[in-house]
Amino acid sequence: MQSNTSSTTIDTDVTFRVENTDYYYGSFLAVKGVNFDVPARKITALIGPSGCGKSTVLRCFNRLNDLIPGAHINGKIYFDGEDLYSPRVDPTELRRRVGMVFQKSNPFPKSIYENIAFGARINGYRGNMDELVEQSLRGAALWDEVKDKLSESGLSISGGQQQRLCIARAIAIEPEVLLMDEPCSALDPISTLQIEDLMQELKTNFTIVIVTHNMQQAARISDNTAFFNARQTDKGGKQGYLVEYASTETIFNDPAQQATRDYVSGRFG
Amino acid sequence: MTDSVQPGGGRSDLWRPNRSKSKRDELIVKFLFGACALLSIVTTAGILYTLLIETIKFFRQVPFTDFFFDTQWTPLFTDPQYGIFVLVSATFLTAFIGLLVAVPLGILAAVCLSEYAPRSVRAWLKPALEILAGVPSVVFGYFALLFVTPFLRTVMPFLGLQTFNGLSAGLVLGISILPIVASLSEDAIYAVPNSLRQASYAVGATKRETIINVVLKAALSGIVAAVILGVSRAVGETMIVTLAAGQNPTLTLDPRVAIQTMTSFIVQVAGGDVAVGTLKYDTLFAVGTSLFLITLSLNVFSFWFVRRFQEKYE
Repeated sequence: MQSNTSSTTIDTDVTFRVENTDYYYGSFLAVKGVNFDVPARKITALIGPSGCGKSTVLRCFNRLNDLIPGAHINGKIYFDGEDLYSPRVDPTELRRRVGMVFQKSNPFPKSIYENIAFGARINGYRGNMDELVEQSLRGAALWDEVKDKLSESGLSISGGQQQRLCIARAIAIEPEVLLMDEPCSALDPISTLQIEDLMQELKTNFTIVIVTHNMQQAARISDNTAFFNARQTDKGGKQGYLVEYASTETIFNDPAQQATRDYVSGRFG
Repeated sequence: MTDSVQPGGGRSDLWRPNRSKSKRDELIVKFLFGACALLSIVTTAGILYTLLIETIKFFRQVPFTDFFFDTQWTPLFTDPQYGIFVLVSATFLTAFIGLLVAVPLGILAAVCLSEYAPRSVRAWLKPALEILAGVPSVVFGYFALLFVTPFLRTVMPFLGLQTFNGLSAGLVLGISILPIVASLSEDAIYAVPNSLRQASYAVGATKRETIINVVLKAALSGIVAAVILGVSRAVGETMIVTLAAGQNPTLTLDPRVAIQTMTSFIVQVAGGDVAVGTLKYDTLFAVGTSLFLITLSLNVFSFWFVRRFQEKYE
């Protein structure tokens, strides 16, 4: 995929480029006309009220929305310069390169060790598995807490630990990108802080895109912020759209749009 | 309290102070439900009592050692022998053959229904499968005796199947418990949270890898419970084995010959004219108790297994 970069004008420091993309579920237009670039090795936050489609946008970056019958896009999303929805892209291989952490921690009903090793094994990892497990757990700041109980169930540890296990699982397959869908919304403040600190460390190696409901969190951790909003359609549904995309500092201190100003100052949403 | 104004500013005289009628109704309902629950327990206890009384009478005349170690089962002969394992082996042989059919087919059908079939197909295919459970077992029995056995004898004459045999009975027994194994396994698979499937896809797993390594693993306790319930059914099933496996108590694991299961024996004796209070009559209850203990221990094991291996998801 890298070799194609030269044939386009896209900056190599851009991981994802979303060009005029509409997101559909069947005939329902969920998010309309999105344009923005996700820079490499930075944290990009997607914020906005419920139903504005930020999760939909996120879940197309690893084509997880392919699993929903009828979900499709109209437009172009480029990943490292290559069309993400080209028939030549194998979604399973793509997901090895674009990892994901979910809103609710969802460890497999397997041991802590196997939770990490599973992804590596199915992707044909040929290195030392013990080392990979340790390195991934260290990377997720979890090693010291679980090193003596690697054979215990991934469901036996606390919620915050489970979420870090899910991060360890995601980075174990050495992806280029980490997608995070409200990763802290089910966690207590201390676990949340641990994960935020972790994200700052991870961004030296990974491009991170995070959906969050928590504006303070977006302001604390992200480099760029995309604000999505929703409007009522004639049929009574909600249609999301991208209001504004800029550096996080601009979005929170000097946004160009009144709607953004109202949202970040807590006047709605 | 009576004169004071309520906290909400309401007037206390408009409100019934202590809702005595509601409390009385609550009590009546509680009693009714309790009585219903008690009824099933009392019935079970009653059955157990009857079984045990007669079983004790049986063992006053037949020593335990004979019951467990004789290799013949001839309680109706003039020189009776009471080797229960003759019947137990037949029961387990037919149940085992049934499982060989029902477990793979049932689990694959369950995976197909819940993971591969579109929702609209599942909506009618699953009830259709459950209709199979509504076929009267006597019909299955005739099916085994009058179709499966002749069919096997024609297609595979080298087997040397007898007219009554454990193989046909076991195969059809498997088909008869297939719906319960498939349906309960499907429930277990369907109940696996979608977030687990997504997590698996998100690390680059294919659908097959997701199903085998994550979904079936997560549903394991439910699937095992379904299989054990299937075994209980197979062990207690009566008409199919009586019609198709024969009435010939033989200590054998050869599926080609006529055998007699525990349930078949009970049918044979209970259907005849056995005088109450005789040893032959008590034999019925000894076999019944044994059967009860087998299914009970299966159920206890299943209960324990589910408790032990069920994963708690939020």
